Amino acid sequence: MSELFDILLSASFWAAAIRIASPLIFAAMGELICERAGVLNLGIEGIMVVGAFAGWMAVYSGMGLWPGVAVALASGMAFGLLHATLTVPFGLSQHVVGLGITLLATSATYYAYRIALPQVNTPPKIDAFDPYAIPGLSDLPLVGEALFTQTPLTYAAFVTAALVAFVLFRTPLGLAIRACGENPAAVAAQGLPVTGLRMGAVIVGSGLMAVGGAFLTMSAFDSFFFEMVNGRGWICIALVVFGAWRPGKTLLGAVLFAAFDALQIRLQQTELGAVLPYQAFLAAPYILSILALVVMSRRAQVPAALMVPFRKGER
Amino acid sequence: MRLEPIPAPSLARRAGFPALALGLTALIAMGLAALAGAAPGEVAWLVVKGAAGSKFALLETLNRATPLIFTGLAVAVAFRAKLWNIGAEAQLYLGAVATVVLGTGLLDWPAATLLPVLAVAAMAAGALALLVPTFLKTRFGVDEVVTTLLLNFVALLFVSYLLEGPLKDPMGLGWPKSEPVIDAARLPRIAEGLRLHWGFGLALIAAVLVWILQTRTIWGFEIRAVGLNLKAARFAGMPVNAVLVRTAILSGGLAALAGFSEVAGAKGNLTTDLSPGFGYTGIIVAMLALLHPLGVVVAAIFVAGIFVGADSMSRAAGVPSFIADITLASALLAMILALGLTSLRIRR
Repeated sequence: MSELFDILLSASFWAAAIRIASPLIFAAMGELICERAGVLNLGIEGIMVVGAFAGWMAVYSGMGLWPGVAVALASGMAFGLLHATLTVPFGLSQHVVGLGITLLATSATYYAYRIALPQVNTPPKIDAFDPYAIPGLSDLPLVGEALFTQTPLTYAAFVTAALVAFVLFRTPLGLAIRACGENPAAVAAQGLPVTGLRMGAVIVGSGLMAVGGAFLTMSAFDSFFFEMVNGRGWICIALVVFGAWRPGKTLLGAVLFAAFDALQIRLQQTELGAVLPYQAFLAAPYILSILALVVMSRRAQVPAALMVPFRKGER
Repeated sequence: MRLEPIPAPSLARRAGFPALALGLTALIAMGLAALAGAAPGEVAWLVVKGAAGSKFALLETLNRATPLIFTGLAVAVAFRAKLWNIGAEAQLYLGAVATVVLGTGLLDWPAATLLPVLAVAAMAAGALALLVPTFLKTRFGVDEVVTTLLLNFVALLFVSYLLEGPLKDPMGLGWPKSEPVIDAARLPRIAEGLRLHWGFGLALIAAVLVWILQTRTIWGFEIRAVGLNLKAARFAGMPVNAVLVRTAILSGGLAALAGFSEVAGAKGNLTTDLSPGFGYTGIIVAMLALLHPLGVVVAAIFVAGIFVGADSMSRAAGVPSFIADITLASALLAMILALGLTSLRIRR
């Protein structure tokens, strides 16, 4: 038991939790934007794979780190455009299109990797983002190391979450986007373009998902390998439900989830790790996500028009 | 400019758009081959030859189609009721686990009794794997897409634990694999000297049975009614939750039969790479078949042919075999778009 407290009180543990949370924050914010506009984006898992590869590949072929992030963003937006075109104006099944996008994006990435690097046994490395200690703040006890000695992409994740919250809840644009997810007919009655707003939300949201993927290859690790996203996209969909479609709660959910993930890694090294098989620790985050969904789903305020296609002039 | 629905699309539309979709997919695949520096025509020819160019190739395609028929049926049955079962992968593995637990000597019975028992046990395990998310859906309103997806990861970790623990093969030289099942638990070949096991026959029978169930019984009617309009079905007095549970048992059971057939028919033991994503590919199969049970057989053989053909082409032409996955994902998206366009027209 005392080991547990030692872990929970160590700065390195919380630093790891914030690091693990960062890609989830990006991707969950992306999913949140899509769903608030009324579109479920199951392409998230594949779009994260694309972003992870595109950002890394850009840097590997000589671009700077931030331009690499921009490339990842653009790659996600491209797949977002495809998803949005199929689901919004054509109103096709968001389940099937989303899964199709995930399959397409994942296989296209693996194909591109094999073509770009035909003869590699060990994945090549790039010079990834280094941690940047924020002067002053990083000297604070505990939180200094946990929060303010992270890589710039982690800071960007938190800024993104704040920006998403601001735009969605404090601007007319955000109101229109949220209204598209609740009552698109009312938005159309105001003379606003529902199709354009929804497509824009899906494209921007998909871009953020890809940046979440890029965090894995450009900040958490420094190379790309297959199956590195490993269900994180699906976790983010659960996080949005857990966060009741609110950016703040979703961010909190991501940090809690990441803390739990960091904890299970550390618990494997304790006596508990000798008793339980390591697979139990690895499965715990997925099971926790399902349990969280069970607890939260009863009270959740699902956007009323989520997964409901809209065609102007139709009832 | 906007899109509006057409009440009764003509035959030309209903046949033309899917044909266009497949044509577009073929063009994408050719483009990808050219991108890899190969001659597209030659690549296409190698894929066809690899999939159906010899008796061996054809049988390999049918063998590969077997699990896809099962997972395709599982998805088709569930999607028909709008029960979004994305967990066929997990159900497949649990079916395989049940087969291995009972089939490696625990039940020392002759094949005639052992094989049916193994199949039923596998189906029960798979059904259970889908009943959990279905119960969470009907009781707590938890979206089954996310739970079935997440359970795929849990199931694979569970299998990994079993193969390094209780089910570990002591003769496995450290590889995580199960003991081989006993001879009585092996599905026989369809004909002597033919590399095709009875799992394929079982898959065909399953497809016909599902087709009869869906088109000729009240259960099938209720499943379709719930899928088309849940509220109307409930208003008509249908036991909606019971229909979903029945659908889950059927769908989970069918996916589990893929695991049973892969262990008892194709492989003989259980490893963590028993399924290279058969559960997910089942979604493509079901959608290409327009959720029709007999169409699933055709679609599964087509999809299996692409995979088998691409594997052999990849060895010969040096184009990464992931080209098959891209082609099939494109086919899925193109096909669903084609279906949408069939019943929509552009109005200025």
